[in-house]
Amino acid sequence: MSGHSTYEPKTGFERWLDTRLPILRFANDTIVTFPTPKNLNYWWTFGGVLAMMLGIQIVTGIILAMHYVPHVDYAFNSVQRIMRDVNYGWLVRYMHANGASMFFIAVYIHMFRNLYYGSYKAPREVLWILGCVIYLLMIMTAFFGYVLPWGQMSFHGAVVITNLIGALPVVGPSITTWLWGGFAVDDPTLNRFFSLHYLLPFVIAGVVGLHIWALHVPGNNNPTGVNVTSPQDTVPFHPYYTVKDGFAISLFLIMFAVFVFYLPDSLGEVVNNVPANPLQTPQHIVPEWYLLPFYAILRAVPNKLMGVILMFGSIGTLFVLPWLDTSKVRSMRYRPTARIYFFIFIFSCLVLGVCGAHAPDDLVIPGATAPQFLDANLDSYVWLSRIGALYYFAYFWLITPVLGLTETPLPAPDSISTPVLSHPAAAPAGAVSSPEKRG
Amino acid sequence: MLRKGFAFAAFGLFMLGGPLAPGKALAATTQAEPTVLSWSFEGPFGKFDKEQVQRGYKVYREVCSACHKMDLMYFRNLGQKGGPFYDPKYPNPNQSPVVKSLAHDIQVKDIDSDTGDPISRPAMPADRFPAPFANDVAAAASNGGKAPPDLSLMAKAREGGPNYIYSLLTGFRNPPPGLTIPAGKYYNPYFAGDLSGQWSGHGPPPEGGMIAMPPPLAPGKVTFDDGKPSTVKQEAMDVAAFLAWAAEPKMEERKAFGLGAMIYLLIFSGLLYLSYRRIWKNVAH
Repeated sequence: MSGHSTYEPKTGFERWLDTRLPILRFANDTIVTFPTPKNLNYWWTFGGVLAMMLGIQIVTGIILAMHYVPHVDYAFNSVQRIMRDVNYGWLVRYMHANGASMFFIAVYIHMFRNLYYGSYKAPREVLWILGCVIYLLMIMTAFFGYVLPWGQMSFHGAVVITNLIGALPVVGPSITTWLWGGFAVDDPTLNRFFSLHYLLPFVIAGVVGLHIWALHVPGNNNPTGVNVTSPQDTVPFHPYYTVKDGFAISLFLIMFAVFVFYLPDSLGEVVNNVPANPLQTPQHIVPEWYLLPFYAILRAVPNKLMGVILMFGSIGTLFVLPWLDTSKVRSMRYRPTARIYFFIFIFSCLVLGVCGAHAPDDLVIPGATAPQFLDANLDSYVWLSRIGALYYFAYFWLITPVLGLTETPLPAPDSISTPVLSHPAAAPAGAVSSPEKRG
Repeated sequence: MLRKGFAFAAFGLFMLGGPLAPGKALAATTQAEPTVLSWSFEGPFGKFDKEQVQRGYKVYREVCSACHKMDLMYFRNLGQKGGPFYDPKYPNPNQSPVVKSLAHDIQVKDIDSDTGDPISRPAMPADRFPAPFANDVAAAASNGGKAPPDLSLMAKAREGGPNYIYSLLTGFRNPPPGLTIPAGKYYNPYFAGDLSGQWSGHGPPPEGGMIAMPPPLAPGKVTFDDGKPSTVKQEAMDVAAFLAWAAEPKMEERKAFGLGAMIYLLIFSGLLYLSYRRIWKNVAH
């Protein structure tokens, strides 16, 4: 799909530049003439949403860094100063704080779309792995960023997460001390987290560049999962997808604005409005919503090291997914059995999220009497998260490989254009099937 | 094979590991659900009731400020846009005579610029609300071992916000029979705590905890300038509204900005949708 460029320099300057630095040719091939399957649905617009969110986070973050003080004595109050005394500081900060959540909403939809339509399969394995790298970097950036306001949850969250490294045998404690820059989470920790929080978004931007590069070699997958076979299957990216993505981005911005202007604190923890106090541990330490499923997996295992291994394993699994999937059919449109397991997988992720928000000993159904099984009540969230975690891993390591070999997929169309021949615009000129929808 | 290994390893650890899951030793902390009141500042168009916030400031000033600091608040905040004493004639709150006189009533510590000696002088609008104690250690020493918390963000730092503050302030009551509260502590069902150690009655211990703050409000404790009857409920409601404003002083600006942003985005989305329909009109997809 890439390869020969259709760019033709029009002015003398463009010709001059094209033989020296073909940047306009590159831009033209990437966002103007890039042939894109014409059947992409709205689930495909989240790549554009993510690019916008990265831009918003970087711009608002740079402005916040102008006013923020990374010092244990001043960090909390400097954030409040941004909210109270910096012109439109409340806007910038609420955009940044809620923007992180929006970023994760979009990335999860993007990833689930990928799983459903099998976009990670050959020849897009590198594209998928780069996406996993971006996701991992996002988690790290979000964690570092959450520590910066230096509230109670910031501090104790940092303590819990950095202590996980200490579970590693032999080297764990030394690495933890090295990460902290001392013997506890303190000023040096806050300083380096600020530095890394500023650095990583630019690393993300770099990997996004590679991600887009890797996208433009094989081109987009599409809802049918069938390869592009002819020019009739594609439309140029501009104006077709600039306008479609633009519309979807605008709708996403409306949702974002509802949070920023009307529910700015709804996604945060009230405890983080109390300044960090190392001597007083909050009743429940929970991460932000977007990390709750991993927190549930961590706490599902009674052994700390094993919990840490499974938690990182749950993300590591994603990296090898292209080689776990034995099915040759990309899109689950034509894999009815796989589709059922996929929706159970989404449900298990949501269940894990709910488990992560509760204390392990809380009862799922209050008042119900369930027997004690091994170390906990069967009605407790710890058992629910064990079931959820088991399904999470089984989905990738058992169901996906086995199903590809055993299921009978539905027949897929021969080309992208085949299933759309019934569309009104495909009818011959003059035969208007639904006149009310025309011009 | 690897996946089986994983599963077996995990199950083996469940068997061996025993009760190590974090949070296992959590105490049974309970508290009553706060009473939900209706506030003028709720909803996308809600604004602070200026008179109410003014009364609330008086409650804070005459009652709460004896023990609680508000480090994030400056006198100028009272007269800024969205504040309880805002006067459009004085866009700069430092020049507002009302704010100046409110500040002037309060003494703040300073350093004499000629001699360097510590002095006390009347506050100016640019001054921070002074803290009642010299430092947190002094605050803790005078209050049974624990410093009274800063109130600047209190309305955002507890579940329930202003409803919680109202419920806590009006929720003091005599302990039920079977509950022994030590001297210097007060029973309050809305305060998070674990009363099982104090409970000798039948059944589970009552909800709530022991708070070191004595009931701060009493009928007639504050005389409201607008003639509102000074009941405990009124005082509690007004100071909760004041603290809600202090925790989020830019709320009105945020909602007004939001309205414009929403209208803009809705029109923008509509235009983009029409463009989309037009551009894709002749493409079968």
